[in-house]
Amino acid sequence: MDKMPRWADVFLVPFINLVLAFLVAGLVVLAIGENPLHAIYFMVKGALGSTSGLGYTLYYATNYIFTGLAVAVAFHARLFNIGGEGQAAVAGLGAAIVLLAFDWPHWSLALPFAVLGAGVFGAAWAFIPAYLQAKRGSHIVITTIMFNFIGAALMGYLLNGILKSPHTQNAESLPFPAGAHLPTAHEVLAPLGIAFSKSAPLNISFLLAIACTVLVWFLLWRTRLGYEIRAFGHSESAAKYAGIPAVKITIITMLISGALAGMLSINVVMGEQEHLIKEFVGGAGFVGIAVALMGRSHPLGIVLAALLFGMLTQGGFELLWEMPTISREMVLVIQALIILFTGALNNLVHDPVERIFLRLRKRKS
Amino acid sequence: MDFADLFLQFTVTLDMTIRLSTVLILACLAGLFSERAGIFDIGLEGKMLIAAFFSAAAAYHSGNAWIGVLAGIGASMVFALIHGLASITYRGNQLISGVALNFLASGLTVVIGNAWYQKGGSTPPLTGNGRFHEITLPFADLLRDVPMLGPLYADVLSGHKPIVYIAFLVVPLSWWVLFRTRFGLRLRAVGENPASVDTAGVSVIRQRYAAVLIAGVLCGIAGAYLSTSQAASFGKEMTAGRGFIALAALIFSKWRPFYALMACLLFGLLEAISNLYPSIDVIGLFSIPVQFTQALPYILTVVILAGFVGKAIPPKAGGAPYVKER
Repeated sequence: MDKMPRWADVFLVPFINLVLAFLVAGLVVLAIGENPLHAIYFMVKGALGSTSGLGYTLYYATNYIFTGLAVAVAFHARLFNIGGEGQAAVAGLGAAIVLLAFDWPHWSLALPFAVLGAGVFGAAWAFIPAYLQAKRGSHIVITTIMFNFIGAALMGYLLNGILKSPHTQNAESLPFPAGAHLPTAHEVLAPLGIAFSKSAPLNISFLLAIACTVLVWFLLWRTRLGYEIRAFGHSESAAKYAGIPAVKITIITMLISGALAGMLSINVVMGEQEHLIKEFVGGAGFVGIAVALMGRSHPLGIVLAALLFGMLTQGGFELLWEMPTISREMVLVIQALIILFTGALNNLVHDPVERIFLRLRKRKS
Repeated sequence: MDFADLFLQFTVTLDMTIRLSTVLILACLAGLFSERAGIFDIGLEGKMLIAAFFSAAAAYHSGNAWIGVLAGIGASMVFALIHGLASITYRGNQLISGVALNFLASGLTVVIGNAWYQKGGSTPPLTGNGRFHEITLPFADLLRDVPMLGPLYADVLSGHKPIVYIAFLVVPLSWWVLFRTRFGLRLRAVGENPASVDTAGVSVIRQRYAAVLIAGVLCGIAGAYLSTSQAASFGKEMTAGRGFIALAALIFSKWRPFYALMACLLFGLLEAISNLYPSIDVIGLFSIPVQFTQALPYILTVVILAGFVGKAIPPKAGGAPYVKER
């Protein structure tokens, strides 16, 4: 075997990539005249030091699990879905239409329908790029990017038009009925005698994210469809030869991907905002790319990576209070470096590590 | 509305179209060089953004807009080099590299900008020679009174900042380099069939780096235009998706320089229209919302990509790292 052991590929290489990304980010912090160790201390403290911080961290992690899974499912079929941002935004429209349509008596009744609305709209926004890729050979990366912009324009139009609440100047919808309120971590944990911050937006969607993670794992590794998706991603020509229809797999994979990205709107629109606002996705669709890369497209890896990115996002907010010279956008820099090192520059670490392993093995034999 | 009024609106729209197209033209040609050599570049946006920041900063501190342009080109080339390292030397995913660079530019410009100027990511306003001024073409004032053609010359073609004219000159230059020189032939060959170029004894690696760096230079000029000509300071996220519109224009033009010019002018016109006329009434029947005009470049690109109106076929070896056979 001329490969390095699997654990090295799955854990060691991403870990070294991560360290490199943080080292470079540390250099940026040094360059603007601050101490990177202080910065890390404040970020970790801000992200985990209180139940409020933890609640925000897990709330952001919920978003990133959804978008990370969305990117990962597509990755398995060797499709690069950059459109999570747009799919999540349009899914918010689906959730909002469902939630505004009835005076929901209880969240447990509203949630399944909102999930359905968000899922269908998210999937629909992925459908056209998927169809064009499968049938007309249009590059899915470009079409999904275009659909992000078209989606943003559509949402801007609707929120300034028919969906706009008449009671405010802002481009936002009417509030959802009170019955559709999702239980927050505080409300769930208080009866159990656990004190959790009231202000943190963490809500029951977190459990939905965990459920989606398990479902995606089951789909990919325990079902026929999942096998076909992975086979298709591994070798399109071999999959075709084995009778796996390319058009069907491309479209179904993208529908699942779009629906997963759409679940973000359950967490943000239904769980936190409780009315539809503009630009609520806030870049989480793109963070999903970093999460999927970091987590090596495996559901468990994605949960871990999403937690890391949740910590970064929340820690970044807290950092602003403690060290005003460092702006919040430092988080963007760290995310970018992680994407760069784990995604694009992977061979920078992968090849030397592999060489070391092969040399060690040769000496042994 | 009488004719003179209509004509005035017409010239104002065209004038604005030229100003707004400039950045698209430069970025689109940058993408053209890169993608013709087989390197996808969705990092046009990021390269322009980092260039816009550093050219505004350099122009502010030196008081010279041209030094700003050089700084912008330098910053953009550093990004181009990272893209080259990732996608050529380390055979990484070119799309992911582009995404990372876009993020990096959004983050770095604000982080550094805030640390240096404490203005929420903006640079201080450029004054005097720190920014570019309009050039009046010869005889512009003299010819203004000629009916029709006079105002078109004096108000539409004349009176732009230097980079506007540079951008329009880069179009024929790019065509010439790509289609009339040996360098251009090799560059295109590397994008279509790198193995054949390799067989001929030309370095694929060097050729691709050259293309990526040219893209860096052009994005650098484009970014510098945004912060020293179109505006007179850097503002957070000031590229505002123009890198992606340029990408759309590149597909729209099917990777050809003069068509790229046309596509960029069309998309520039759409932006000018959405700026000047937020909502357009169609003979009182219905009105076209501003969001539709803004989304039109993207919609048109999807239609083109779908192949319903002509087919856009990208360079064959695009996106694939070249691995020498052993």
